[in-house]
Amino acid sequence: MEKLPIYTQKIPGGGVLLTATDKLMNWSRKSSIWYMLFGLACCAIEMMATGASDYDLDRMGLIFRGSPRQSDLMIIAGTVTLKMAPRIQTLYEQMPEPRYVVAMGNCACNGGPYRYDSYSTLMGVDKAIPVDVYITGCPPRPEALMNGIIELQKRIDRMSLKDKMAIRV
Amino acid sequence: MTQEELQSYILQKYPGFKLEPLAHDLTFLVPAEQYIPFCTFLKEDPSMAFQNVMSLTATDYLDYMQVVVHINSYSQKHRIAIKVTLDRENPKISTITHLWPGANWHERETYDLYGVLFDKHPDLRRILLADDWEGYPMRKGYTHWNLTPMPDDVTEVMKDYPTVPNPLG
Repeated sequence: MEKLPIYTQKIPGGGVLLTATDKLMNWSRKSSIWYMLFGLACCAIEMMATGASDYDLDRMGLIFRGSPRQSDLMIIAGTVTLKMAPRIQTLYEQMPEPRYVVAMGNCACNGGPYRYDSYSTLMGVDKAIPVDVYITGCPPRPEALMNGIIELQKRIDRMSLKDKMAIRV
Repeated sequence: MTQEELQSYILQKYPGFKLEPLAHDLTFLVPAEQYIPFCTFLKEDPSMAFQNVMSLTATDYLDYMQVVVHINSYSQKHRIAIKVTLDRENPKISTITHLWPGANWHERETYDLYGVLFDKHPDLRRILLADDWEGYPMRKGYTHWNLTPMPDDVTEVMKDYPTVPNPLG
């Protein structure tokens, strides 16, 4: 009983875990990923274009929230500087679990064009926080970002309440 | 005022000043102790009437530092540049914030990246980099733990990456 995650104990008459519960949880999670309104550099322009009516992330259930407390997903859209990295960590810690991170663009993946001869860039946001999906491009087109989010949805679909991934303690 | 008129007018007042050859704007090489009187003259003389600092930065020439100021007059429709040579080890110059408040952040940035100290500046703190940053990155020969120099042979780096066939053939 102690080994089962806390979710199961909240189910009335708990302790029994059905695959359907997993499916229900995953379906509800992947269908309403609320992402944080958070842009760092030029990738944020592409993220805004993806959120606007031409590409419309809303039809995949993604709407932006202005607060990390209400967000499930943080899209790191742009260059992460050494000065910004502690702030990103703070924002990440403020997000409720389960939380997901998408590194958008080469800068957020590994430093990109600032890989060499730059003193102020963090070489990849995964040095500061865990990342679920990486999207290359400089900047990635809106299609690439949407593809990355579909990959994240597939990833959420594979999760189970038994995994640590789903709860991230 | 045209550039020739401007030049003869200023040299009338300050006959000792040297001109930078081959400069796009009219550029005066000003001794450090003449910097504030000269700037005050440029602001307060009715036919000069410089109202606006367009840019203020520095250059590191290894032997010495040079502060470069571009100032502009909206009413007289002319502009000039001033260059002041400083000691590289101990670059110190008076502020011009009391004449043109717009110079405030320019001087903070020059302090941040070049380490030029501006005397009597109201708030001389770092502006772009973190407050606890060490060193002045735009100086020649700057080193930092995060800085990877660009390798001479880029193909050596490319060997670490798998070759991807061109999808367009």
